[in-house]
Amino acid sequence: MQLEARNVSFRYRRKKWLFRDINLTVQPGEVVGLAGPSGCGKTTLARILAGYEKPSNGTVLFNDAPLPKTGYHPIQLVFQHPEKAINPKWPMKAVLEEAGNLDVELLERLGIQENWLQRWPNELSGGELQRFCIARALGPGTQFLIADEMTTMLDTITQAQIWHGVMDIVRNRNIGIIIISHDTVLLKRLVSRYIDFPLLNKDKVSY
Amino acid sequence: MPLVEVDDLSVSFKQYTKGFKHKEVKVIHNLSFSINAGEIVAVVGSSGSGKSLLAHAILGILPRNANVSGTIHYDGKELTPSLQEKLRGKELAFVPQSVNFLNPLMEVEKQVRGALKGKDSFKTQKEIFEKYNLSTDVEKLYPFQLSGGMARRILVSTAVINKAKFIIADEPTPGLDQTVVKEALSSFKAFADNGTAVMFITHDIQSALSVADKIAVFYAGTTVEVAPVEDFTGSGERLRHPYSKALWRALPQNEFRPIPGSQPKGDELPRGCLFAPRCDMTTTECLEHLPEKRVLRNGMVRCIHAT
Repeated sequence: MQLEARNVSFRYRRKKWLFRDINLTVQPGEVVGLAGPSGCGKTTLARILAGYEKPSNGTVLFNDAPLPKTGYHPIQLVFQHPEKAINPKWPMKAVLEEAGNLDVELLERLGIQENWLQRWPNELSGGELQRFCIARALGPGTQFLIADEMTTMLDTITQAQIWHGVMDIVRNRNIGIIIISHDTVLLKRLVSRYIDFPLLNKDKVSY
Repeated sequence: MPLVEVDDLSVSFKQYTKGFKHKEVKVIHNLSFSINAGEIVAVVGSSGSGKSLLAHAILGILPRNANVSGTIHYDGKELTPSLQEKLRGKELAFVPQSVNFLNPLMEVEKQVRGALKGKDSFKTQKEIFEKYNLSTDVEKLYPFQLSGGMARRILVSTAVINKAKFIIADEPTPGLDQTVVKEALSSFKAFADNGTAVMFITHDIQSALSVADKIAVFYAGTTVEVAPVEDFTGSGERLRHPYSKALWRALPQNEFRPIPGSQPKGDELPRGCLFAPRCDMTTTECLEHLPEKRVLRNGMVRCIHAT
């Protein structure tokens, strides 16, 4: 059930390569930290792995096969800004139900209070919205989670609450997780393997 | 005398629920804040604690349906809407959170120059770009083409082109790598050394500690503590308010252990101390009324148990 990026390269149209020949394998249940300067392509790689973007060259393999084109995507991405990842005109319950039935235990583990489900996105704080985004990304079909600066916009208490919850869930379900962050102290707390993104990139460009 | 003094500020919104039914949502209440020339005050607290709204209230850019009470003084004068309009973008500058605040269809050089009029504007803009290490190819870029670090420098440039006396920077650091963060922070430090007051809104306590003189901790729309940076040390024993202590202890470099619960919403605020439902020192007195702010050990606190 591993996730593998094989010789993945990317560039925008004819512009210079953002990165070239990235090789990366993540095992189920593994916690991988990914760091690097801003603009080096971490988010683009995350989008490629989660199927939002196609690589210019190379392939992403899940379970030794190409990523599925239809159905539930086994690799889910959580973004930095939850308010941009949620439909402002849907109540929170609808936001969650788009991804399937509500899993009460999961909501509880992420600290989502029941009365929040009746609220509109603009009535909740960033930390509360981010919990919903995580719950939405952790449907039963999720095998890998990519957290792209997932708690960067949150205060330290909320950040710690969310990470304790998420780490419990991924451990229980043997989900692999890639954590992208500039906060090296946070990464040290969480990950079992740390990757410096520029070292993955064979095409040594300056940022 | 402080350059900016906010006293007993309250901001609320009327929110329609169904038909003509509406409820009052209090987003800021009984908030006091002051800053001196040449000083950097960091404002920390969770999202939804009213940090950005305070900035918007000072700048006079709150939405029209906001109910505001309390007073704001700037340089000894009451900061009225007309004075705000006169000073905004000149003496009062704002560094917004993200490139979303820029015009997506306009080259960045024009936007940076925008605040400035006259024939010297080109020269000043070029000087500022040079100072912030923005090469000449950046000038013609559109906001979506900027990397996080470049965007940050552009936003700072728009704010400083007019030699502001008071700069409000709203979350200028998250999601940036250490080099860019250091760069942004040192530019704030440089402003302060030149006598500018800088209000630095953030939840990155680590960055706040590295540049600020004092830290104001916000919770549920009010200031619970103001402390000199030196008090953020060890396991937080020198901090005054239990929320500040919890905030400090939850840092990954400290204990990384969160307290349970979440901040109360503006339409369901508790009657007494706002932190009481999550606090382990709560007594019946705490539940009765909001603690008055008081001066304590060279800082301020809103807690009856603080020593």
